[in-house]
Amino acid sequence: MIYPAGPRGSVRAEPSRHGYVSFRLADQWLGVPVVVAQEVLTAQTVSPVPLAPPEVAGFLNLRGQIVTALDLRVRLGLPPRPEGSSTMNIVVRDGEELFSFVVDEVGDVVEVEDERLEPTPPTLDARWRECCAGVIRLERGLLVVMEVQDLLRTGAGV
Amino acid sequence: MDDLLREFLTESAENLARLDREIVELERSSDDPELLKSIFRTIHTIKGTCGFLDLQRLEGVAHAAENVLGLLRDGKLEVGPEVVSDVLAAVDVIREILDGLEATEAEPQGDDSELVERLARWTAEPLEEEESFDHLFAAAAAARAARAAAAPVTAPAPEPPPTAEGSPRKGRKKTSGAGAPKKVAAPPIAPVSTPGPAAEAAPSAPAEGAERSEGRASVADSTLRVGVNILDLLMNLAGELVLTRNQLVQLASAEEDSVYHVPLQHLNRVTTDLQEAVMRTRMQPIGNAWGKLPRLVRDLCQAGGKRIELEMLGAETELDRQILQAIQDPLTHMVRNSADHGIEAPAEREAAGKPEHGTIRLEAFHEGGHVVIEIRDDGRGLDVEAIRAKAVERGLARAETAAGLSDAQVFRFIFEPGFSTARAVTSVSGRGVGMDVVRSNIEKIGGTVELSSAQGKGTTFRIKIPLTLAILSALIVGTAGQSFAIPQIGVVEVVRVTADDAHLVENVNGTLFYRLRETLLPLVRLTSVLGLPTGTREYGSVVVCQVGAQRFGLAVDEILDTHEIVVKPIGRMVKGIPCYAGTTILGDGSVVMILDVAGIAAMTGAAEEAERAAERSLDSVASAEEDDDRVPLVVFDSGGGSRQAVPLALVSRLEKIPTENIETADGRWLVQYRGALLPLVPASPFVEVRAAEERSVIVFTDGERSMGLAVDAIHDIVEDRLNVEVRSSTPGILGTAVIAGRSTEVLDVDHFLRAADPEWYGAAREDAGRKRILLVDDSPFFLGLLSPVLRSARYDVVTAGDGAEAISRLERGEPVDVIVSDIDMPRLDGFELARRLREHPRLSGIPLVALTGRRGEDDRAQGLEAGFREFLSKFDRDAVLSAIREATTVASDEVSE
Repeated sequence: MIYPAGPRGSVRAEPSRHGYVSFRLADQWLGVPVVVAQEVLTAQTVSPVPLAPPEVAGFLNLRGQIVTALDLRVRLGLPPRPEGSSTMNIVVRDGEELFSFVVDEVGDVVEVEDERLEPTPPTLDARWRECCAGVIRLERGLLVVMEVQDLLRTGAGV
Repeated sequence: MDDLLREFLTESAENLARLDREIVELERSSDDPELLKSIFRTIHTIKGTCGFLDLQRLEGVAHAAENVLGLLRDGKLEVGPEVVSDVLAAVDVIREILDGLEATEAEPQGDDSELVERLARWTAEPLEEEESFDHLFAAAAAARAARAAAAPVTAPAPEPPPTAEGSPRKGRKKTSGAGAPKKVAAPPIAPVSTPGPAAEAAPSAPAEGAERSEGRASVADSTLRVGVNILDLLMNLAGELVLTRNQLVQLASAEEDSVYHVPLQHLNRVTTDLQEAVMRTRMQPIGNAWGKLPRLVRDLCQAGGKRIELEMLGAETELDRQILQAIQDPLTHMVRNSADHGIEAPAEREAAGKPEHGTIRLEAFHEGGHVVIEIRDDGRGLDVEAIRAKAVERGLARAETAAGLSDAQVFRFIFEPGFSTARAVTSVSGRGVGMDVVRSNIEKIGGTVELSSAQGKGTTFRIKIPLTLAILSALIVGTAGQSFAIPQIGVVEVVRVTADDAHLVENVNGTLFYRLRETLLPLVRLTSVLGLPTGTREYGSVVVCQVGAQRFGLAVDEILDTHEIVVKPIGRMVKGIPCYAGTTILGDGSVVMILDVAGIAAMTGAAEEAERAAERSLDSVASAEEDDDRVPLVVFDSGGGSRQAVPLALVSRLEKIPTENIETADGRWLVQYRGALLPLVPASPFVEVRAAEERSVIVFTDGERSMGLAVDAIHDIVEDRLNVEVRSSTPGILGTAVIAGRSTEVLDVDHFLRAADPEWYGAAREDAGRKRILLVDDSPFFLGLLSPVLRSARYDVVTAGDGAEAISRLERGEPVDVIVSDIDMPRLDGFELARRLREHPRLSGIPLVALTGRRGEDDRAQGLEAGFREFLSKFDRDAVLSAIREATTVASDEVSE
């Protein structure tokens, strides 16, 4: 492949960076691209929906809009959170609909260069692997980056 | 695009749609002057605007059409199929050009000369008006010239180019009676002589101007064009206002004495009114979706060589715009199907003894919060067996399963994707648009479609759609600690069930029923539908829901409230669950699921109950002339392997009584029941009353008297035709009939009532005032069914098997106060009986009541005319008794005079 010469004759493009909203489920930190996250909320009242797929925690009311709340612990096969523990919500939009990921805690936005995104480890649990876009090594540990579209695919079939 | 052009296109689209309708209408009522004027005006308007916008091709065609229409309007040309076809062809070309204009902002290229010529031929007759003007002006000019020049100048007669064919076209023509048709004509397009244009233009221009402004003024005053997106915005805003109002009302209700109460009340009223008004802006008459149909049917007739009458009733019925758009295609498809596959060719119809022209009838009306549209044709109907075979062939069902399906179930295969039994998929009917698309389009807007058909007689489609989508009135209920909303449309009534009403809940073979007055309602617990824990609360409320023609009860813990809710979309992860129709936000901000009553019915056994009954009603549509002997029956086992049944109409309760409470006294079984002693009679010698811990008992009650029929097990409650095939000599058994596919003994309830208490009918025997009823019916079962009912009501009953027997008994001198008769009987039917009695010197005064399964209005009219004072359904016990009571009271009054 021949790259067109830039103004200084350099062939290297500027390093590209992306931001990720980090959040915790049990002991693991995960991330979703910041551009996808519409807002972050504290714990909300969720109305359960009988007969819905298990990962659907229910619906919540966001300024008059109906938002489908997905409990990511259930979605990713983690044990239920202990009684009384707090939660937070990351609201994302998919087309016309709003969804909210119910997570244990939301952390900082982490900005890293693209090349720091490493491929999905094959040892990762199957349910995680099918939604994983890659991992980023941070000082505090591994950040598992998730693909929102894949997270939104529930057992009910989209 | 130029605003002016856009305006023109929109307006013309409307005009063309109207033209299609009116021109087809014109074919039928060719002498309607208003119609002709309207059509002429419309084309004239189009032509006028074309000139203004310099659309030459359009103007050419419009002008040619206008001339022909002018002749029609003035009565100079008679309306006939060919001239109409030509005008319609012109309309089509105009439409084509407009479409091209919309797409490219320029007129598409094309040669219309053939069409224009065709149209011109119709005007090959003298245009007397114009000609006379020409003559006048020409004569006047000539006279002036003559006077001026004193030289004779012949009045220049308009020299037209010869018409292509000198002879008149096939269409009938009228001359204005001036004599033989002259072959001279002023050509439509290029005016000929000099005085011509001035003459033409001058007198007609003021007329034109006046007409145009007249038309414009009236239309402009009463309507306004508004963009659809603005209406949608209004709708959303009104919805949000409703939600906020609900919230405010809730907040204010928490405080007793708030300064906000009065303004809130006002806000409440205003919001409701606003919301209703906004919804009305979106309402349009369904006739708008029907506009193209007359033309479509006409074209199909021409293409297929058939004759079809299209009837459209209820075109003014209004629906939401969005819904209207959604059903337009399905409706068109169904009408097309009827015309193409349903209605037979005239020869075939005649051979079948039907009128030569087929009828397709569209009827729309409001029914309980829904709009119902029926499309009915009197064509060849659906071939059940062909559909059944095709379903198996397409793998939609296994042969054995398919064989056992009812007609109604088989018809439903038509809605499966990839199914088509059209012997030839004609180009007219089109490919790729299947009935499955029709059904899914209708279901997408929350509607349902059903069909019924009788081979040789016709097919009927019934579409039912909700009136509005977005804002509706709902009942808020609570169960298992959660709240749900049920749209009021599907709710018939709400009943509180307390511990006292426990007996009203019956368990028949595992299915729960709730006895609501005269009927047994299949009962469904909302907690079981939703998989929620039942909880300790046994009782709460029952919401009586209606799905189609059938009802079932939904048991919930409590009824919380009713109010208006805004329907919010349901979210794709939950959309597939049939019991939900949407979501909404209540005044307190909580999100609540809106239940789909039809979905719940489908999910539970209530659906099968409803289906069975619905099928029967569909079948009865097909066989409406037959006397309907279907009766609800309680079917049970009485030991010894035999199945038995009694009519439900006589049954008061179904009980399970602990045998330890059953005592014997005086050789009879008795049990303490609701504060009195209930005699028990075993239904058969095989029933050992005390053999188990509990005994199933069917309780019959008459006033204060009750009797319990002890049986082994109550099996089911079914509705079936009763043909007692094998009469029985065993006391207590009327005979054997096939019920629900099994051989079943029908009990003689009379016998058992008397076995329980010989005095059952006793006391009244001394009553001299006891009236006598002559019951006439050819069904011994029915006689056996009704007699105890009448006797319990303190009447004496004598019976006759048909009209002839009835008359001979009466003539023998048997005293009778009232005659209650069936209609369909051998030898002498009910109508004949009535007529004979009317003419009889002695017997004509006896009141006559008809009891029949016939439900038609014509039958009723005929019956009343024959002399029956009442024409009632066989199974409406209360109505029958009150009619008899009335008849006997009047009779005794008459007698005592």
